[in-house]
Amino acid sequence: MEKRVTVKSERDEYRLFRSRAIVAAILVFIALLLVFVRLFFLQVTHHDYYTAKSKENYQKKIPIPPVRGLIYDRNGVLLADNHIEYVLEAAEDDVSDMKGSLKRLMQLLPITPLEVNKFKQKLRVNSRFQPVVLRQNMTENEIALFSENRFRFPGFKISVRMQRNYPLGSVASHLLGYVGRIDKKDLKKVDSNEYKGTTHIGKSGIEKYYESRLHGKAGYEVIEVDAHGKPQLKLAEQAPIAGEDLFLSIDLRLQIKAEELIKDYNGAVVAIDPRNGEVLAMASMPTYDPNLFVDGISYRHYNALRSNPDRPLYNRALQGSYPPGSTVKPMAALIGLNAGVVTPSSSVYGKGFFQIPGNRHRFRCWKKSGHGHISLNRAIYQSCDVYFYDLAFRMGVKRFSKGMEKFGFGQKTGIDLPHERTALMPTPEWKRKRYDRFWYPGDTVNMGIGQGYFTATPLQLANAVAIIANHGRRIKPHVLRAVRISRNLPEKLVTPEKLPSIGVTKLRYWNDVIRGMVNVVHGERGTARRSGAGAKYRFAGKTGTAQVFGIAQNKSYNASKLRKKLHDHALFVAFAPVDNPRIALAIIAENAGGGSKVAAPIARQLLDTYLLDPKENEKNDENIKKPSDSSPTLINANKIKRQKTEKKKPKRATN
Amino acid sequence: MNTGDFNFSKLLLRWLTSIDLVLVVAIILLIFLGTITLFSATGENQAMMNTHTIHLILATSIMLIATQLSSEILNRWSIWVYAFGVLFLVLVLIQGSMGKGAQRWIELGGLRFQPSEVMKLAVPMMVASYFSKKTLPPSFKDIFIASLLVVIPMLLIVKQPDLGTALLVGSAGFFVIYFAGLPWKWLLATLIAGIIAAPLIFYFGMHDYQRQRVLTLFNPDADRLGSGYHIIQSTIAIGSGGVYGKGWLKGDQSRLDFLPERHTDFIFAVFGEEFGLLGNLILFSLYIFIIWRGLYLATKGEDTFARLLGGGLSLTFFIYLLVNTGMVSGVLPVVGVPLPLISYGGTSLVTLMAAFGLLMGMRKRKKRSNH
Repeated sequence: MEKRVTVKSERDEYRLFRSRAIVAAILVFIALLLVFVRLFFLQVTHHDYYTAKSKENYQKKIPIPPVRGLIYDRNGVLLADNHIEYVLEAAEDDVSDMKGSLKRLMQLLPITPLEVNKFKQKLRVNSRFQPVVLRQNMTENEIALFSENRFRFPGFKISVRMQRNYPLGSVASHLLGYVGRIDKKDLKKVDSNEYKGTTHIGKSGIEKYYESRLHGKAGYEVIEVDAHGKPQLKLAEQAPIAGEDLFLSIDLRLQIKAEELIKDYNGAVVAIDPRNGEVLAMASMPTYDPNLFVDGISYRHYNALRSNPDRPLYNRALQGSYPPGSTVKPMAALIGLNAGVVTPSSSVYGKGFFQIPGNRHRFRCWKKSGHGHISLNRAIYQSCDVYFYDLAFRMGVKRFSKGMEKFGFGQKTGIDLPHERTALMPTPEWKRKRYDRFWYPGDTVNMGIGQGYFTATPLQLANAVAIIANHGRRIKPHVLRAVRISRNLPEKLVTPEKLPSIGVTKLRYWNDVIRGMVNVVHGERGTARRSGAGAKYRFAGKTGTAQVFGIAQNKSYNASKLRKKLHDHALFVAFAPVDNPRIALAIIAENAGGGSKVAAPIARQLLDTYLLDPKENEKNDENIKKPSDSSPTLINANKIKRQKTEKKKPKRATN
Repeated sequence: MNTGDFNFSKLLLRWLTSIDLVLVVAIILLIFLGTITLFSATGENQAMMNTHTIHLILATSIMLIATQLSSEILNRWSIWVYAFGVLFLVLVLIQGSMGKGAQRWIELGGLRFQPSEVMKLAVPMMVASYFSKKTLPPSFKDIFIASLLVVIPMLLIVKQPDLGTALLVGSAGFFVIYFAGLPWKWLLATLIAGIIAAPLIFYFGMHDYQRQRVLTLFNPDADRLGSGYHIIQSTIAIGSGGVYGKGWLKGDQSRLDFLPERHTDFIFAVFGEEFGLLGNLILFSLYIFIIWRGLYLATKGEDTFARLLGGGLSLTFFIYLLVNTGMVSGVLPVVGVPLPLISYGGTSLVTLMAAFGLLMGMRKRKKRSNH
């Protein structure tokens, strides 16, 4: 059995096997060499590619949003800052019983089903390790309640976030604008890398215009994550750089005063420092609280703002196109003088109306009896319509429009705020395009008194008055006064941008027109003489009363019989002091009636507020009270009175 | 009286002489590399390392036992091992069709046991045994019968379905036929037939998931998170390892869980990531050395059966290596084949070590001829 005899040749079989084994050994080597070549390809020639891929796998860059820059007024009063907000949040992976926890949380805290739904929705979208906010703006009470019961809600925690805050509420809201949650449209406009961690972006006003300065530079944190996205450790970090702090040219004292004075009307006030183009105040009424927008305005609030017929969201100072009325007469006079159409001494006979030769239509003067023989000076301070009908008619529309455009009408001033309107300085071409009609000479006549198609924004008016105050020197109006890059560095002033001067070269013309404007307020028969009375400085002004609708040839304007919306707009423009102007302003109060009655007194109060040193006023008050020291009872009475009044006053109203 | 003592020392001597020290040292080196890699791949999991140690002890014991089996005994057992193996494969299939779902295991008196694993040894044994009784080079009829002996269990395993094991079992049998003297022109013809048959197998002979794996090989990005994920992650691991590797325990891909199956079928990627191309050079050198040593030992076989079986087992070891590294480095489709002697898991380790035991035990023994 052990050695079976076969026909096989052991030796041959051994040889056969050995040769096969050698071939196999060679083939094995070749096959494994091929695999090794593949390894070489992966580990040497494509090493960099796979290293990058590997890093892509496990390195996650987490953006750290920068702190938004603060906004101050020119004196360093805070207008917009960031305050700390407490939120309740949780990551899906950290909560074992999400359903039960939410149910118990709703019993503990006033969490609405809407908040819960939003939370659940975000949980689904976000990574399981990323915390999602359940409740924002936790009150102290809520925080305390939660902290006591925190053991019942493993995984839920209170976190701190920065939220934009406007401490003064509605003050200067149109100017400041507001921030809101970033949407897809916003992201298209900015470097999305810089905004990865940012939740809010400037939506209007300064917040929007200077978004790039306010936002700052995002930082980041590189962390190591595993395949499930769970963070392991921090690999690198780059701190964010806070946004720049902005100092606006706004004088908060003047701004608040302006808002107070026009709060009963829809309207706007714009005040500019003619020396450098700094906007000192820009008020628009009615207004709104920008804080409402910061964390997503509720539908109810937004709808209320949107559907309000007074349009509180709309910045009348920049966007309101109003017929400027008689406030443009000084500018009209200047271009008339420069064109040689009128001279300072020439006069026109005002018989209460103006007629184009060969036409029976009467362009009426506000004074039915007429001004009689009237010169330029008196035409301004008495606001004679006929004089300016005649001036515009004789200049012709082309020369008139061109001249007025030099004062900035019909074009943007270029102020550093978004959504500025051009309003309208009409031309025959414009009318043909807009209405497909010819230009009538009557259209030109109406423009002479700032009516007809001619409209202007309050900002344009204030700017035009500033140009007069400057004798034709033009400076672009602007709101940003200074910038502070870091808290440790001094703020850097913004250089005003000078524009080419107006081509009215004769100093005399300026003086003649300004004399007329001074007489408006200081002259015995000036239209706003009551507002000029008792002023401690001399100022120049011009009233305006703009018709909102046309009155038929044979009818007269009777406010009591008209709906409020059809009442005249009251306008006033002014600059002061006359010899060294420091402030130029324009006021419009919609449907408020006459400019001299409503707008001029407001202007006077604003000029007083700005030009008279408030400290001096206080000193004067004290001086008056000091002699009464001798009488103790009186002191006490006074003290009590003062304390009472001080208590009533809100903090910001310092004078 | 002291026969027991005598017998014991005789037994020890037999063991020592039956071991090929060169091969054993190479295997120990490989197992050392494998163990440290496994330590990293399991995330330094102590429990798994303990199990691994038990696997190693078990496998080594079986190897030592296997060294004592002579070519003659094995030749005699072949038919029975083969017959029971096929029987159990059929039982597994029946068990599967009786509603227990796809299964590779069978319970025998509380012992779980995988018949397909046994076939890795049983098939080459059977084929070698068959040829040992024939004149070599074999006739067409012999080759045909031998092929049947290979294909029947192979098809049974494919049915389970376990393509990886079927491939290994098939190649083990095929290599024995090759060593028996399969004519070169037939070999060539088989190759050509295979190339022609490949698309047919692809379209008609494969499960959807298997077809998907092949497609994935050519374009892993088509299914980044599905079947392509394994290949993408393993090539990233190997590629990012570079020439010197990221260092032991420092493989980001494996450490951070990006690499799936990293302690079993994809452990080669962990090795490549942590030890780089230099590590791979050492690893491949060791493997080639072991295969060549195996082939050398096979030529020293007692008889034809020993040579054929030894050669078949050596090349099966090579196929393990080729299929696994090819798959992990993204040049072969994903098939469930472990990296020999390194991947975690007792079954393949035991089978492989048993094969090495057989290989060493079947050599012509000079001292035995003295006896």
